[in-house]
Amino acid sequence: MQEFFLVLIPTYMPFLLEGALVTIELSVLSMFFATIIGLLVAVGRLSKIGPLDWVLQTYVEIWRNVPLIVQLLLIYFTLPEIGLTLPAFWCGVLGLSLNLGAYLSEVFRAAIGSIDKGQRDAAVSVGMSRLTAFRRIVLPQALLIALPTLGGYFISLLKDCALVSFIAVNELLRNGTIIISSTFRSMEIYVMVAMIYFVMSFVSSRIVRWLELRMTPAYLRPQSMAWRQAAKVPTP
Amino acid sequence: MSILNVRGLKKRFGHNEVLKGVDLSVEPGEVTFLIGPSGGGKTTLLRCLNFLEMPDGGTIEIEGQKLCQEDASGFRKAPEKQIRQARSRMPMVFQHFNLWNHRTALENVIEGPIVVQKRSRSDAIDEGRRLLERVGLKDKLGSYPAELSGGQKQRVGIARALAMQPTLLLCDEPTSSLDPELVSGILDLLRVLADEGRTMVVVSHEMGFARRSADRVHFVDGGRIAESGPPETIFNQPETERLKSFISAILH
Repeated sequence: MQEFFLVLIPTYMPFLLEGALVTIELSVLSMFFATIIGLLVAVGRLSKIGPLDWVLQTYVEIWRNVPLIVQLLLIYFTLPEIGLTLPAFWCGVLGLSLNLGAYLSEVFRAAIGSIDKGQRDAAVSVGMSRLTAFRRIVLPQALLIALPTLGGYFISLLKDCALVSFIAVNELLRNGTIIISSTFRSMEIYVMVAMIYFVMSFVSSRIVRWLELRMTPAYLRPQSMAWRQAAKVPTP
Repeated sequence: MSILNVRGLKKRFGHNEVLKGVDLSVEPGEVTFLIGPSGGGKTTLLRCLNFLEMPDGGTIEIEGQKLCQEDASGFRKAPEKQIRQARSRMPMVFQHFNLWNHRTALENVIEGPIVVQKRSRSDAIDEGRRLLERVGLKDKLGSYPAELSGGQKQRVGIARALAMQPTLLLCDEPTSSLDPELVSGILDLLRVLADEGRTMVVVSHEMGFARRSADRVHFVDGGRIAESGPPETIFNQPETERLKSFISAILH
């Protein structure tokens, strides 16, 4: 026990934290690209252009029905075959983004679909173009509805990043494995790895929760919360 | 010159022919009522007037501009931009209010003037305050729709339409989803607008309101205008059997 805190942690923690930093980079970048992909795919599918919808639906189905680890291996080993060489890190970002993008597209599609058609009608009837109505009226409301779900996906993405160790990206889990291969202290190192994952994940879920509370407008809050909020803020 | 001139307007949803050739014209300052049984096509007619539903045939002319026309060479629509511009001058008051949930009362009212008419924000705010005051919501400027009652929401809806400085105000059953005790307040407000000489096309079941404020009443039934006339004639001396039974059903 003493050895764990006084020797192992000071010796190996810095290297593990370096890996954790890579994990965070992977997650944040992948989340960013996945959000863009998800939004574009959702909008494309809702555009009701037949062939476009068909192509996008195929993408979503393929990426949702093949295990992420297989997708990552495929990207890592087949891209060079067709003459595209990406660094392992970017293969990871690509795989994670495409995978999560497929899931998020469904989240956005549901959120956009949940906005009452009357919102768009009212926008169009004062003379807004369909695009302006979408951008100013529908999308902001849909994003707020999607936000809690996006937070949940981010937290699971953070942990899914461990799979990227299979394609030789030096993230948290792989750095742990590297240490173990020369020290054979698997239990202690895996405990450290688990601790770091727990802290990252726990902190992000708190942040997501906080964001959610801050960003959710009164009209989307459960009644009881709206009351509490109203009680805190004196009406002018 | 008529503000609105409609000839042979047709609309179908799949195999269901909802409008089978409607002729309608509205003179400046005239308050036109569309009444009739549900499913008769009155709401669809109103929604076709500002292209919330795309007509399938016929001619719609607004202030002399043809937005769509049908002649020997077929059915053509005006460019999207022209339709949008015309729409902004005939905003709609909706049955279910359709206020933008993420915007306060004032933001709902100034959105159109700022985004569509490109007016300055401060101008739009001044005008928005004035309009909300006028519909009796002086102290609700910063309230979100979720914090307003049905009647208050519809007042915002009316202010939002007025903010577009409409040449023609379209009202789609403006009181149908209100609690009974809130109806008269909204009707009073609409009556004032009608008395001001605004041009309005109103779909409504409020016969008292129609009697008092309408210049012309059209009975829409089976996708056509089945009978038209001033309110006294329509309500007191209906000609067709359909209209007779509709009026007795609605009054009793």
